[in-house]
Amino acid sequence: MTAATVTSAARAAAAASRRGTPRSAAARDRRERAVRGALFGSALLSVATTATIIGVLASETVRFFGMPGVSVTDFLFGTTWAPLLGADKHFGIWPLLCGTFLITAIAAAFALPVGLVAAIYLSEYARPRVRAAVKPALEVLAGIPTVVYGYFALTVITPFLHDHVSERFGTFNALGAGLAVGIMILPIVASLSEDALRAVPRSLRDAAYALGGTRFDVSVRVVVPAALSGIMASWLLAITRAIGETMIVALAAGGMAAMTLSPTAEVQTMTAYMVQIFLGDAPATGVEYRSSYAVATVLFVVTLGLTLVGNLVLRRFREEYD
Amino acid sequence: MKTARIALAALVALAAPLALLGARASAPDAGGTVRVDGSSTVFPFAEAVAEEFSKKNPKTKVTVGQSGTGGGFKRFGAGETDFSSASRPIKAGEVEACKAKSVEFVELPVAFDGLTIVVNPANDWAKQVTVDQLRAIFLSSSAAKRWKDVDPSWPDEPIKVYSPGTDSGTFDYFKEVVLGKDGTMRADMSVSEEDNVLVRGVAGERNAIGFFGFAYFTENAKKVRAVPVVNPKTGAAVAPTHASIEDGTYAPFGRPLFVYANKASLAKPGCQAFADFMLEHAGELAEEVGYVKLPQAVYDRAKANLKAQRTGTQLIGPDGKERHGPIAETYR
Amino acid sequence: MAPPPTVPAPAAGPAPVRSPAQLVAAAAPSSQGARRAVDRGFLVLCLALTALAVVILSVLLVTVWRDGHERLGAEFLTNYASRKPAEAGVKAALWGSVWVCAICALTALPIGVGTALWLEEFARPSRLTSFIKLNISNLAGVPSIVYGILGLTAFARLFGSVSADTPIALGDPEGFLYLKLPFGNGVLAGGLTLMLVVLPIVIVSSQEALRAVPRSLRAGALALGATQWQTTWSITLPAALPMVMTGAILAVSRAIGEAAPILVLGVPLFIRSVPQNLMSDFTVLPLQIYNWANRPGEAFHELAAAAIIVLLAVLLTFNAVAVVIRQRLRTTS
Repeated sequence: MTAATVTSAARAAAAASRRGTPRSAAARDRRERAVRGALFGSALLSVATTATIIGVLASETVRFFGMPGVSVTDFLFGTTWAPLLGADKHFGIWPLLCGTFLITAIAAAFALPVGLVAAIYLSEYARPRVRAAVKPALEVLAGIPTVVYGYFALTVITPFLHDHVSERFGTFNALGAGLAVGIMILPIVASLSEDALRAVPRSLRDAAYALGGTRFDVSVRVVVPAALSGIMASWLLAITRAIGETMIVALAAGGMAAMTLSPTAEVQTMTAYMVQIFLGDAPATGVEYRSSYAVATVLFVVTLGLTLVGNLVLRRFREEYD
Repeated sequence: MKTARIALAALVALAAPLALLGARASAPDAGGTVRVDGSSTVFPFAEAVAEEFSKKNPKTKVTVGQSGTGGGFKRFGAGETDFSSASRPIKAGEVEACKAKSVEFVELPVAFDGLTIVVNPANDWAKQVTVDQLRAIFLSSSAAKRWKDVDPSWPDEPIKVYSPGTDSGTFDYFKEVVLGKDGTMRADMSVSEEDNVLVRGVAGERNAIGFFGFAYFTENAKKVRAVPVVNPKTGAAVAPTHASIEDGTYAPFGRPLFVYANKASLAKPGCQAFADFMLEHAGELAEEVGYVKLPQAVYDRAKANLKAQRTGTQLIGPDGKERHGPIAETYR
Repeated sequence: MAPPPTVPAPAAGPAPVRSPAQLVAAAAPSSQGARRAVDRGFLVLCLALTALAVVILSVLLVTVWRDGHERLGAEFLTNYASRKPAEAGVKAALWGSVWVCAICALTALPIGVGTALWLEEFARPSRLTSFIKLNISNLAGVPSIVYGILGLTAFARLFGSVSADTPIALGDPEGFLYLKLPFGNGVLAGGLTLMLVVLPIVIVSSQEALRAVPRSLRAGALALGATQWQTTWSITLPAALPMVMTGAILAVSRAIGEAAPILVLGVPLFIRSVPQNLMSDFTVLPLQIYNWANRPGEAFHELAAAAIIVLLAVLLTFNAVAVVIRQRLRTTS
């Protein structure tokens, strides 16, 4: 194999230097540098993207706080969000944060334990054929567009809650939307946790069995702690996805921002508020329009913070095995 | 190389007659784009017009948006759209915005609507409602929290309010009729620009109340219940029906629906054809989607105004004040 | 591995123990029973929760099928949206999605693969490099609606550099080659916005593809005097191509399902045409589903379900193609 690759490499290199490539070393160097520059340019584009996001959000947010009737303290500490209606406008961010938190909490309470247990089952208990069938299915499920889960919340979850649990669940309620978001992030948690569990070397498991451990002991007391950094990273990624989720909450959660933790209540998340403002398509002026940029900034900061924490967790707690 | 050239020539020779086939000119269909945006109340009508027009003129690309009456006017004033639909007449401020960008418009009434107050079908206590009661529910300073605050015989349950957003003409119209010029709406409502969302909300919540255009009620008559409104002039409670809206007994919520045409866009053949088609079929399509057709005389006046490209609104008098009254009288 | 050490037999059992099971069996009975109960209980829990997850997802797919399959048919794919459910179809949405995803792929691939190439082949480890890597992993976690806002400002409005009142137009609006600045909400702006969303995915998967190419190939070429770029272009890239393609397919799968950025960009609710050029109005399948799902009628919910089936079918096809490519990669290498 090596001889074949060397020959093919030789042939390719010879062909390259013969065909349309520069003959002189100087020309080749120039082209090399040009290419390197172009590739570096593409890499810089990702930095430019982040810089632009921050720039756009920051400038509009600053303009928002400069408008009459808006104050930073009200935004950060106020508990009423009434940008469009009412006698006075209020711009306290906490009702929207509360809505996002409620939906995410419901989603996480469902998806994180179930996903982890399913991952443990797939990694430690299931037969290889079952695993080979289920793992690709999980990856496909992780790719289902979120509108589908929104549709599911509308047509199945909410009617079920209304008919069989309590009449207090109206068309728009936090529990229905939260469960749909949970179902959406479930494949992500299961798939990534399973990868983390499988990455733990066999020797640990064998040693634990050798010391008389049951499957439970080995899986939960040995392998899970060993894979903890990967599992926690998968949880953080799932939570980040849940916080940024837009379509499900736009379809099923509602349009009334309120400070409530009741699962039957209609809530509005940060993303749903942004959709509400942008759907009205008001061109670039007005305090309501700018308020959605301020909300976007908060959303960006929260998700960025979680991603950075996730990276830190992965690095700090990763256990190295030889 | 030679074979490639022959093959290419053969392909071109084959493709040419096909291209000619496609270029068979259908004279009335001039192509181009027609952009309509605005009221969600008028949307079912605009959608019907656009669809029927597209079927007869497949080369003209019609798009219809739903940014709300106010949102639609903002885009219209910026010259982004050709037609702006509205569930209320254009306001003075919006006229100014158009003037500032040199946008001239032709005002065209298209249908008649009776804004409908709806509650959940399980709501059996609100048998009728007066404008004062509506004010008690919706005015921000008095906003009644529970049904029994409005009428002591009603249940002690919290009121769940669904309302269009501030970009909506329905919102503006309702606010003006119920709360007056200076009233502000309560803040704790579930707000959506899309009337379909309001329908779903009221349909799913026992203690809900909401309001939207009549067409949305007729399309979902099984899901929500319309509440008869006491006519302030006669004192009798009138339910919104096609007949009561048409003869004006359903008051004070009878209102005309408009489409405003950008005069500059009418120079484009696609837009002119669209406007002509719309006025020609406005009556039948308005009825089909659930609104009430205007008297033929009004449509004829609209057609005349369109032909003469009469700009400006007739619903704001020379003194800058809005003119009220039946559309047959105010629109000439 | 050394055989498990023989443990001195406990008083109760004289026979020498060998396997873990026997070890466990030989332990004191009380804790032994409890531990086995816990083990079995956990197994039951595992099976129950995994079954729950499977059941929920099956209910989802079955519901969608049950609601939507009757509306499927050739007309569904060739009709435009209509106010009459019986005549409605996804033609505009399907072609809009095709155009937008094509633009997204064509722009994301060069930039993404270029970035990956720079990171893997050309860059020297430095603080800038680690900053760029950190930046890319952060971008992967940004909600797609924020990318929608970025796309609105950067592409649709071009940062306000060209006013929408006085656009610069080149070409015939009815033809294929037509450009208008600012881009407004045409397919180009939509495609570029989605490019931003999928770029981190393309970069990461291209990096993995490049890392999978054995060092020996590169080393051989370099040893024979090829420059870094010649090696990359002639040796590394062709070897990494299948995995890069798989990554591209993954990215397009993600792009085709994204609705939030397009929603923010602003597309018409009703449209009855397919895109003609880069500035055309459009709508995408997920948004058509959203619009239909928002309407309160049963018929429109059935249409939404049918459109979901179409979307899932497209996604399954993409995944199948990716799997096939991966299989062929495994057999050839």
